[in-house]
Amino acid sequence: MLTIAGRKFRSRLFGGTGKFSSPEVMKEALAASGCEMVTVALRRVDLDNPDDDIMRVLDRDRYLFLPNTSGARDAGEAIRLAKLARASGGGEWLKLEVTPDPRTLLPDPIETLKATEELVKEGFKVLPYINADPILALRLQDVGAVAVMPLGSPIGTNQGVLTRFQIEIIIAQAQVPVIVDAGLGAPSHVAEAMEMGADAVLVNTAIAVAGDPVRMARAFAMAVEAGRIAYEAGLGAVSKDAAPSSPDDGLGFLR
Amino acid sequence: MFTIPEFSALQAAISRVTETEVLRALHSDHPGLDGLAALLSPAAEPHLAAMAKRSGAITSQRFGRTMQLYAPVYLSSFCANRCAYCGFSADNTIERRVLTFDEAESEAMILHQRGFNHLLLVSGEAPAKVGVDYLEELALRLRDRFAALSIEVQPLTTEEYARLFRAGITSVAVYQETYDRDIYKQVHLGGRKADFDYRLETPARAAAAGMREVGIGALLGLADWRAEGLALGLHLAWLRKHYWRTGLTVSFPRMRPAQGEFKPLAPVSERNLSQMIFALRMFDPDVGLYLSTREEARYRDGMIGLGPTRYSAGSCTAPGGYGLDGAGGEQFEVGDSRSLAEVSAAIQQKGFDPVRKDWDAVFQTKEDRQQAA
Amino acid sequence: MKVFCNGEAQEIAPGTRVAEYLSQLGLDASSVVVECDGKILTREEYGSHALQDGSVLELIRFVGGG
Repeated sequence: MLTIAGRKFRSRLFGGTGKFSSPEVMKEALAASGCEMVTVALRRVDLDNPDDDIMRVLDRDRYLFLPNTSGARDAGEAIRLAKLARASGGGEWLKLEVTPDPRTLLPDPIETLKATEELVKEGFKVLPYINADPILALRLQDVGAVAVMPLGSPIGTNQGVLTRFQIEIIIAQAQVPVIVDAGLGAPSHVAEAMEMGADAVLVNTAIAVAGDPVRMARAFAMAVEAGRIAYEAGLGAVSKDAAPSSPDDGLGFLR
Repeated sequence: MFTIPEFSALQAAISRVTETEVLRALHSDHPGLDGLAALLSPAAEPHLAAMAKRSGAITSQRFGRTMQLYAPVYLSSFCANRCAYCGFSADNTIERRVLTFDEAESEAMILHQRGFNHLLLVSGEAPAKVGVDYLEELALRLRDRFAALSIEVQPLTTEEYARLFRAGITSVAVYQETYDRDIYKQVHLGGRKADFDYRLETPARAAAAGMREVGIGALLGLADWRAEGLALGLHLAWLRKHYWRTGLTVSFPRMRPAQGEFKPLAPVSERNLSQMIFALRMFDPDVGLYLSTREEARYRDGMIGLGPTRYSAGSCTAPGGYGLDGAGGEQFEVGDSRSLAEVSAAIQQKGFDPVRKDWDAVFQTKEDRQQAA
Repeated sequence: MKVFCNGEAQEIAPGTRVAEYLSQLGLDASSVVVECDGKILTREEYGSHALQDGSVLELIRFVGGG
C-alpha cells in the first residue's frame, strides 16, 4: 500500500477538483475514481456568489485535501498561500506549485526548492510539483519534501509521459514516493507511468473535460491499477541484442 | 541504518531462480534485485558469454574505453585484529613495521615517478600505529602531488572521516569481508573487527562525512559467493538511496595464499568471479569495479572491457616494498606482478586507454580544504 | 466607515466584528479564511476582532483546482 508521510492510501490515483462542469459531476466522478486525496486551490471569495463553495459537496472524511499554491509566481507568494490554506482548515498537506511563466505554467525549480525548505520548517507536508529533474527531486527530498510530483508533460497538454527518461531516473533514485502529475491525458498514459514504477499519479483535466467524466474516472482508476499490478508482476523486457552465442564466446581466457 | 537479511535467506532467493527469470534479467535495462539474484544463480551459468557481452557493452557505454590505474602504498603491517585468513593477523608471527612519514612519502613518490596519480593508502587495523593523526599528517604531505588519495584502513567515525576529507583523502574502502554473520564470527577471532554491525555501518559513515567515493567488497572464499553478490547489491542500492552524492565502487578480492596457510572455506573459480562481476555491472551500470593484482595477468587481460573499470598495477603488499628493503610481512601474494608499463601496454593492446588520473583534489571547495601546516 | 474587501470598497457600520461582517455577506465562516491587514485571523478571533476604518480584508476559500 502507498504510504506518504505516514498516511496510507489504497488508491494510487489522486484527483483534481478543477474544470468540472458542476460540483455534482465532480462529486460523482471523484467517487468513481476511488481516489482518497484531492487537490484544491485557494481563491478570493466571489462576493457576488457567496454559496459557491466546493466544501459543500466534498466529504472531508472521505477525501484528504491537498491544497495547492496555484497562481504563486515565487517562493514568497507560495508560502503566503500555504499559510492561508492551513488557516482555511487545509491541514498540513500542501501541493507546492510555483509557476512564474503564465504561458507554459512550468514550475520554477529554484523558488520551489526555497519554498519547500521554508515550509518544511513551518511543519507542512510538502509535495512539490516539479519538472522531471532527478537532481532537483533529490535536493527536495534532502530538505524534507514528503513526495515529489514530476510532470509527464506541460500541464493541460494531454501529451502523456514525454519525460519518461528523466522520470525513470527519479523513480530509481528517490526515497520518497514519486507521483507523476500533469499532462496525463488518457488512461494509457497513466498505465505507462505506473508500469514504470511511479507510486501514484494525479489526474484532473483529462477526467473533468471528458465527454462523460464519471466513466472516464473509472477508466483512469482501472488503468492505474493495471499499471501498478504490471509493475509489481514484473514486465518482460523488450528483447535486445543478447543473440545466442556459444557458451564460451569471448571467454576463452578463463581457467 | 543499513541492515542485511539473513545470509540463508539470500541463498534461498538465489536458489529459487528459474531460467526464465535469468533470461528476463539478461534482457532488462534495470534488472533490479530480483534480476541480480537471477544473474548470480546457477541457472545463469550457461549464459555467461551473453552476460559478458551485456556487461562489456554497459561498461563501455558508461565509462568509455578506459581503465583507471592505481597502486597501493602499505603503511603498516601492525594489526590488532585476529582474522583467520589474513597475513597481518595479530596471531601471525611476522616481522612488523610501520612506515615513518618520510618513508611513506618516499614510497608514494616512487609510485608518483612511475606515473601513478591515484594512490591507495593501506594499513593493518592498529589505530595506535596508524591512527587518524597519522593519516591526516600524511595526506597533507601528499595531497598536492596526487590527483586522488584513498584509504583502506580501520573503520573510523564520521567526524574522523570528515577530518581526513579536509586533509585531502577523497575516498574510503572498507570491506565487509563476508555478509554471512556466522562465518564472519568464525573467522574474526578478536579485535574491534569482530563487531559485524559496526563494520557494516562504516560505508555509510564515510559517505555521510562527504567522501567523494566509497568502496565496499567481500573477501571471496569465505562464504557462498552468490549470496555475497546479492548482499553487495543490497548494500549498493541502500547507499545509492541514502547518499546519492557519493560515488560507489566494489572490489572482488579473491583469496590468495597468505602467511598463516588459511584454506578458502568456499573456493571461488575464475568463472564464478566473472559471473559475479558481470551480474553487478548489469545491476548497477555506474558502480566502479576493481580487479586487483591478486588475480593473474592472463585473467586480468581477459577481463579488460568486460566490466572492471579499475586495475592496480605493479603492486607490492608489504610496507616499504617499493623502495625500502620491504621487510615487514606481506598481506597476500600478488598474482600479476607486471610493472605499470606492462599492464598499461596490455590495456592499450585491447584498445583501451590506461588512465592515471581523473579528479583533481585541487578543485575541492576551499572551505573543505585544510591547508598543510 | 469604509473597508476594502477583496479589492472592493465597502461601507460598514463602525465597530463591526469579523463574524458579523461575514454573515452580512452571506458567507459561512467555517469555510472562509480571513486575512486582515496582512495578518491571518484564527476562527476564534472572528467573534472578537473589530474592523477598523480603512482595514484591508482578503476573504479566501477553497475552490476547484488540480
